[in-house]
Amino acid sequence: MIEILGLPAASTFADDIDRVFTIIFVAVGFWFLLAEGVFFWLIFRFKKKDGVKAQYITGELKSEKRWITVPHNIILLFDIVIVVAAVQVWYDVKQDLPEEPDKQVVRVIAQQWAWTFVHPGPDGKLDTPDDIAKVNEMHVQADRLHHFQLESKDVIHSFSVPVFRLKQDVIPGRVITGWFTPTKTGTYDIQCTEICGVGHALMPAKIVIQTAAEHAEWVAKNSSVAVASAALR
Amino acid sequence: MATAPVTHHDAHGHGHHEESWFVHYFWSTDHKMIAKQYMFTGMAMALIGGFFAYCFRMQIAFPGIDVPGFGVVSPNEYNHLITNHGAIMIFWVAMPVLIAAFGNYLIPLMIGCDDMVFPKLNRLSYQIFLLSIVVLIASFFVPGGGFAGAWTMYPPLSAKPEYGLTPLGASLFVTAVALEFVAFLMGGINFVTTAMNSRAPGMRMYDIPMVVWMIVIASILFMASVGPLVAGAVMLLFDQNLGTAFFNPDKGGDPVLWQHLFWFFGHPEVYVVLLPTVGIVAEIITVFARKKLFAYRTVLYTAFGTGVLSFMVWAHHQFIAGIDPRMANIFTITTLLISIPIAEMMFVYIATLYGGAITLTTPMLWALSFIATFLVGGVTGIFLGASGADIYLHDTYFVLAHFHYTFFPIAIIGTFAGLSYWFPKMFGRMMNETLGKIHFWGTIIPFNCIFIPLFVLGAAGEHRRIFDYTNFSELARPELRQLDQFATISLLVMLGFQVLFLFNLFYSLFWGPKAEKNPWKANTLEWTADSPPPHGNWPELPRVYRGPYEYSVPGRDQDYWPQNAQN
Repeated sequence: MIEILGLPAASTFADDIDRVFTIIFVAVGFWFLLAEGVFFWLIFRFKKKDGVKAQYITGELKSEKRWITVPHNIILLFDIVIVVAAVQVWYDVKQDLPEEPDKQVVRVIAQQWAWTFVHPGPDGKLDTPDDIAKVNEMHVQADRLHHFQLESKDVIHSFSVPVFRLKQDVIPGRVITGWFTPTKTGTYDIQCTEICGVGHALMPAKIVIQTAAEHAEWVAKNSSVAVASAALR
Repeated sequence: MATAPVTHHDAHGHGHHEESWFVHYFWSTDHKMIAKQYMFTGMAMALIGGFFAYCFRMQIAFPGIDVPGFGVVSPNEYNHLITNHGAIMIFWVAMPVLIAAFGNYLIPLMIGCDDMVFPKLNRLSYQIFLLSIVVLIASFFVPGGGFAGAWTMYPPLSAKPEYGLTPLGASLFVTAVALEFVAFLMGGINFVTTAMNSRAPGMRMYDIPMVVWMIVIASILFMASVGPLVAGAVMLLFDQNLGTAFFNPDKGGDPVLWQHLFWFFGHPEVYVVLLPTVGIVAEIITVFARKKLFAYRTVLYTAFGTGVLSFMVWAHHQFIAGIDPRMANIFTITTLLISIPIAEMMFVYIATLYGGAITLTTPMLWALSFIATFLVGGVTGIFLGASGADIYLHDTYFVLAHFHYTFFPIAIIGTFAGLSYWFPKMFGRMMNETLGKIHFWGTIIPFNCIFIPLFVLGAAGEHRRIFDYTNFSELARPELRQLDQFATISLLVMLGFQVLFLFNLFYSLFWGPKAEKNPWKANTLEWTADSPPPHGNWPELPRVYRGPYEYSVPGRDQDYWPQNAQN
């Protein structure tokens, strides 16, 4: 449903989240139309007519209360379906942290008002001299599991990648780990979605998703620079 | 319990001395005057809140424009405007008008007593409320400008001046909010005590009009939930000014603690303002459909159920805020559960219309539009309460549109409904129906035109609190920008129609046709008093013989049966 609004789905769980959205849309759309339909019909049907007195209905009889209790129970049923759908996706995205041998770990550091992305160099490990730190530019590889580690230097920020349907607040004093696996290549927005001061609107970053070969090339090109500058320091 | 009002009655020496103009309008302990003070203060604050909305919506739709009446909106001013728009509309418009104004006006009149049980506390409540407004407005003009860290005041942004850049504004803002809470604690204790102890003889629990019940339940919710936030506000003030570290992670504090304290209050607060409007709507639809309220007890129990559940849902505001992800599962369940009593309430109101004789007066139009629009707010809440979908929708315009579809029906439609219904009683004159209906359609149509596009924008990924979207390529698409412009223009239309309301209000106040005692042929006790009721309300306090919704009872000539009529 969200893709038709012009936002591609570019992670493994984006489609799942879109599906939850659609399920809820259909479920509540049904109730909404039903309730509004009955509501407007009653208004037109029971408009005051001369000489016609309103009926005296207490709503306390069992036969009358049925009109409330039956919808009540059906809504409960709908709620259960929605909870199950939502919690399944939630478990996959937030509670579970999949592990794969060739996973890539990227450190994301938020501050007022920029993002720093620390990518591992050719050795595939963070905190080594060949790390590639980029400001407002995150480079990832399609079809490969990535873990991100969110850190904040000052206030609360929120790391949001709309094409992944992913969002996670960044809390100062904590390292929050999450995951994604991109499925499409391209360059997309990263947004800060928690108000973080004057420059909140000036914190756009880009996520660049490339194929394995392109990404390896980018790593090779940038890590030599990183190593050289580390040596100079 | 007729003794309490009588002593108060005597203490006032009511009717025996002339009050000076100042005492009458500014130092009165009369519940009706305090209600009007709250009402007009709340509406004046709504003008400020509406003006702020106009300023920042213009900036969103036409970035960099020189907004007429304000000027160019800088990023900090933008943040300041949205922060104070939210805070004003909830704390200084919805609360004073719905709870304080209607509560003060209606409770004594509807339960048949002459005033609140603590009239001086009542006066003090309004005065502290006024003080909170002075502090809030002062905060706009201090060096560094007003607070700009969103009405939710998340630390560390709100706690440290070097992050928020509003050293004085932040402290004054927190102080103003805390003072406002103090004022409403005093009001709340008054409402609950009065409704429980000063009812007219013969009025049993199930004979209390629904709006009184709802304001009582809302007051209980408020008093039970506000404690943690007042404590939090003091902790935040200490963090800002005394160097403590409750929310400072560098020294062992935790910023997420604030979010728990805030939302533990913040979510019940939604129901605190919702319930009075639900009550107002019950009074209006029964009168203008000439129907007994369908299943009175069910409405009452669902209100209590909602109240209890509302204390168990707060963390759905924090799904992605770094709480333990397992917690989200529990809060998803409770949040979806709370949809059931609320849906049930709406069903009861729809069922009340069945078999009625409906006249579409202005108050009735407002009351019906509350049901129609609040349903949108209700169903869209399901998207956000479902943790899986909230990962994406959190902090987008979808959230914003959702809660405006709840708060606009609650605060704005509820106020217009209540005011147009009780205006004859409050001021002794009738409002103009034609102008009222034009104003109704001129408000309700643009309102939908503002917020339906914002649902679409939110689902397309547009997030809140950004003063200029041109930095984000996915959001700067022309079709999305056009939707924003459409919403802003609709807002201008809606604000324009409010001039008509103000004209109708003030014209009717002075020159409207005189109202009789019971212009709507309603049952509840306030309509047996003079319009407007004098100090002390009735020469002799009424006695109650039946419930408030005995309309169209078979075998009677009249289609209403006032609560105080012996037969």
